[in-house]
Amino acid sequence: MLLETKNLRAGYGQTRVLHGLDFAIEKGSITALLGANGAGKTTTLRALCAMVKTQGEIRFDGASLAGLATEDIVRRGVAHVPDGRGTFLHLSTEENLRLGAYTRRERRTVEADVERMFGYFPRLRERRAQQAGTLSGGEQQMLAVSRALMLAPKLMLLDEPSFGLAPLLVRELFAILREIRSREGVSMLLVEQNAAMALDLADRAYLIETGRVVLQGTSQELKNNDSVRRSYLGY
Amino acid sequence: MDGFLYQVMAGLATGGIYASLALALVMIYQATHLVNFAQGEMAMFSTYLAWSLLEAGMPYWAAFGLTVAISFVLGILIERIVVRPVENAPVLAVVTVFIALLVILNSLAGWIYTYTIKPFPSPFPKEPLFGVHFLSPHELGAICVTLLVLAALYVFFRFTPLGLAMRAAAQNPASARLVGIRVGWMLALGWGLAAAVGAVAGMMVAPIVYLDPNMMSGILLYAFAAALVGGIDSPFGAVIGGFAVGVLENVLGAFVIGNELKLSVALVIIIGVLLVKPSGFFGKVHVSRV
Repeated sequence: MLLETKNLRAGYGQTRVLHGLDFAIEKGSITALLGANGAGKTTTLRALCAMVKTQGEIRFDGASLAGLATEDIVRRGVAHVPDGRGTFLHLSTEENLRLGAYTRRERRTVEADVERMFGYFPRLRERRAQQAGTLSGGEQQMLAVSRALMLAPKLMLLDEPSFGLAPLLVRELFAILREIRSREGVSMLLVEQNAAMALDLADRAYLIETGRVVLQGTSQELKNNDSVRRSYLGY
Repeated sequence: MDGFLYQVMAGLATGGIYASLALALVMIYQATHLVNFAQGEMAMFSTYLAWSLLEAGMPYWAAFGLTVAISFVLGILIERIVVRPVENAPVLAVVTVFIALLVILNSLAGWIYTYTIKPFPSPFPKEPLFGVHFLSPHELGAICVTLLVLAALYVFFRFTPLGLAMRAAAQNPASARLVGIRVGWMLALGWGLAAAVGAVAGMMVAPIVYLDPNMMSGILLYAFAAALVGGIDSPFGAVIGGFAVGVLENVLGAFVIGNELKLSVALVIIIGVLLVKPSGFFGKVHVSRV
């Protein structure tokens, strides 16, 4: 297991959002977290990166993440594509990409990786020197995914990559995520409202409701589950 | 006409010093969204350090370099010890800390070095530099030093990974943490750099205004004006603003309102900019949706 949580609890101030979450991510797999608004999906991703106050156990790559600061967790190979994309609006597209590789020491491979990202997302090459704030929502999402990949992460946390994108762009983005997984072997934890797309991409999925896992299994199992089908797939 | 040219050039010389100090203000403003009122006193204190080193017999440029290095460390310490604890405090609390810092540094300098005005040496020769006659050697030298500092900062922020990380940390701390940047240290580094730049400004202006604990109060006002003219969140604007305020102050002082009223030029500029164009000429206009 690349990542394992036991009795993960987290919240904001006095409000508890996660009430003891147990889940695991296998190396090289894509795992989806499904759930309605307010179920605690985004909070789960934030808890993994110590962006919120967290209790319980998180083991990543054989070691506990307890007590580590966000930047130290990132340095261990966890890249987060955050809610709202986290673009550095006043920096150029290329500077945004380079920041993704900030913790990496080998400068030469970074150059090659910038080019590799432009290979995945040719639109970003066209916008290379442009201020990232002027990019469209879809382009900023591509930038956020690329910036996370620049870390050369072991695990990528994706918070609603489809949010605010046109359906065609969503399909394109998911196709690229699939390609990235098979080419780079990076594991992903995907939070999505768009359950159908997420289950198509993911190997396994967890369904959370009000901060607890209520259902888990392979994507196929969840697709065939009647209540998932009715509540999240809508048919 | 020669007189006018002379005043413009002299204005550029002091303007460079305002530009440096304004840049130090902008650097801290970008990271904390607050104006460091103690910036001038920090520069003054650094200048006294340089004076001590020179009194101890150190050669000028060695003392200069050592002062910049010590100021850098002191700036980091101030951030770590004094500013860090009020990081999430209300604005008023932080401003109070900055003003306290101003008063403490001022009194400390007065206590250690007394309030007697001291001369401070210029590192530049008495003969005209590069055959330029309408500027004193010190003024020309100060312009060169200022431009060198500004160029170095530009290269640092624009072309080095660390400079990029500092800009990222100032702009979007949450995202910066997510790419592994230690945001707290970047802020401390910003304070260190601001203190170092202030130290250079202090050492360059001291031969003109002489050394005393209150030497920077007027200069800080001009620096505020400069930062506001350029836009308080624009480093480029602060530099342009600095030179513009320097020239304006000198020309108006010489030909229009006289030397006694010079300082009010800064105040008029500050009020004027705030009334007419609060975001300055190069600053970002902040629009918020309601």
